[in-house]
Amino acid sequence: MSTPQPSMQQQMQQQAAPNWQAAPGPSYTSPIPIVRTHLGHALASEWTKIKSVRSTMWTLGVFLFLMIGLGLLFALITASTDTSMEGESPLVLGVFGPMLGIVCLITLGVLTTASEYGTGMIRTTLTACPSRGRVLMAKAIVFFALAFTVTLVATALVGFAQVAILEGNGAGDPTGEEWLRVTVGVSLYVALFGLLSLLIGSLIRHSAGAITIMIGLFLAPLVIAMFMFAEPLKDVQQFLLEYSIPSQLSVFYGAELSSSGPSGWGPLWIMLGMTAVTFAGAYFLLEKRDV
Amino acid sequence: MIEAVGLTKRYGAKTAVYNLSFQVRPGAVTGFLGPNGSGKSTTMRMILGLDNPTAGQVTIGGHPYRRLPNAPRQVGALLDAKAVHGGRHARNHLLSLAQLSGIPARRVDEVLGVVGLQEVAKKRSKGFSLGMGQRLGIAAALLGDPQVLLFDEPINGLDPEGILWVRNLMKALAAEGRTVFVSSHLMSEMAVTADHLIVIGRGQLLADMNIRDFISANSADFARVRTPDSEPQQREKLTSALTEAGGQVLPEQDGALRVMGLPLPRISDLAHDADVRLWELSPHQASLEEAYMRMTQGAVDYRSTSDQRAGLQQELPPGAMPPVQVPVPGQGQPGWYAPPPPQQGGQPFAMPQGQPAGPYGAPAAPGGPGEPNPYAQAAPAPHAAPDMTKPEDAR
Repeated sequence: MSTPQPSMQQQMQQQAAPNWQAAPGPSYTSPIPIVRTHLGHALASEWTKIKSVRSTMWTLGVFLFLMIGLGLLFALITASTDTSMEGESPLVLGVFGPMLGIVCLITLGVLTTASEYGTGMIRTTLTACPSRGRVLMAKAIVFFALAFTVTLVATALVGFAQVAILEGNGAGDPTGEEWLRVTVGVSLYVALFGLLSLLIGSLIRHSAGAITIMIGLFLAPLVIAMFMFAEPLKDVQQFLLEYSIPSQLSVFYGAELSSSGPSGWGPLWIMLGMTAVTFAGAYFLLEKRDV
Repeated sequence: MIEAVGLTKRYGAKTAVYNLSFQVRPGAVTGFLGPNGSGKSTTMRMILGLDNPTAGQVTIGGHPYRRLPNAPRQVGALLDAKAVHGGRHARNHLLSLAQLSGIPARRVDEVLGVVGLQEVAKKRSKGFSLGMGQRLGIAAALLGDPQVLLFDEPINGLDPEGILWVRNLMKALAAEGRTVFVSSHLMSEMAVTADHLIVIGRGQLLADMNIRDFISANSADFARVRTPDSEPQQREKLTSALTEAGGQVLPEQDGALRVMGLPLPRISDLAHDADVRLWELSPHQASLEEAYMRMTQGAVDYRSTSDQRAGLQQELPPGAMPPVQVPVPGQGQPGWYAPPPPQQGGQPFAMPQGQPAGPYGAPAAPGGPGEPNPYAQAAPAPHAAPDMTKPEDAR
């Protein structure tokens, strides 16, 4: 022990308690130097953790399968029907992949935090790193980087394949802006939504509960809006339709439902704001609560 | 060194730990004892900064745990052998913990060797037995070569070889000048491992003393004497001779005598003078278990009772007599504990007499002197409960 040594000896001298028979012996000091820990250590630890469980492989495997499989499937179906795309961007067909694949990222995100509570591992982790905020930050960074990279690879692959497959159907050449939105934009959006799931997992501390909440958040607004026929609720229906997660996702592909909802990079800023607020809440509660 | 001052933890209306003050010193194995639900694990969690105390504080080497610059290099802990992600390899589990505190990966292989888990290092910990889980937990505690070690029930589920290993490990760690704080319910194991004891009951400190002092303060050593079974008059003769000489004599169930207050040679001399032959004259030192049971009798929250199996029986028709229950020895009957030493008569559990309140002793209750101690009436002294002892123990 390096720093607390002087104060310890002081205390021992002060407290020659009467009922202690043995005199306090010299206390042990490890010969290995003690390094000051920082976020880098936590990042390395979380990377080891996330890559050493099967659920990561499974969820990301299914995610890639859905992303690439659905993207290619719809491109091939369109190509086989002789439909003319009339200069439309072929990338729009990629919207179905992330819509289903996002469920995998919800699961992975929630499991990254909530499974530690389910197994009791969180007590071991927080004993090994009492700076709780650092643990949450490391989890968030590692998960976000992983989800972003995997989605970026998948969306880029699907994009190139679609352009190649649909060349003969008169599809237009996507602009740089369109490319950026369906690759980087979608990847950021989807990874942020996964990160939101991770934070909800940390707040709820229960895998099944957190996954249910996130699936509900993903699907419920759209499903409710679909059946909202009453005239006085028209505005509510409009809002739910435009701001539901699938609708926001479709904005990146230029397939928005209406012109009044979010457009351009808008959905990304909405998701960023939600995640930031939730991160602050999760950080605060983690520091404060008993584990 | 671990130091707790006025540590209190409430969960809603339930007080788990109340005004607990103690020190755990380096260079010794300190045992942490108490009945189920007495607050041992809660205290351990507060030491490790997992739970925040409602009042009071606990420090390690003068710092609260969460303020330690690199906690795992200074404090190693085994809280719960099952607190691992079952899907991860043993090695990856330890590696992730090592990386958190900047410990190189080769140290992971080293501790796996120390606890004997190299063979299963690449096996998922879901398939581990309880004993293997304990070994993995101990490996995690040793990882940082820490100066302070906490073990919560480390020997549960271990095989005899493992128990011996843990016992020697704790002693070796303490001999190196480390602070070793270990809780266990296995009294026989504690008796041979611990040098010092901290006993709590219902969240409050019952004792903080050397293990030998603890045993002698809470029970007495005695001699067992047996006269020939065929000649009961010899037994009477010896009893009166021993009593005359100032000894305390109690009959045992098998016809032997339990003699207190007289040394063995004196008993032999008295028997010789009274012309009584002896079949047995043996010294008995009270065990830690006896001393512990005596002390904590009043503070047990979860007490087992005999199973009447009434829930399985058919309801009797009115007027019918219920079948007579034959008592089964050992069921629902409190054990027979060694009596307290004569000089301490009315104080079956107490700290050694004349001990002043030390610098860490009895600080003001959190909440001020006006607040009643929630446990003040909760722990009756064993001698105040006559039904707890068998007739021959009544004096």
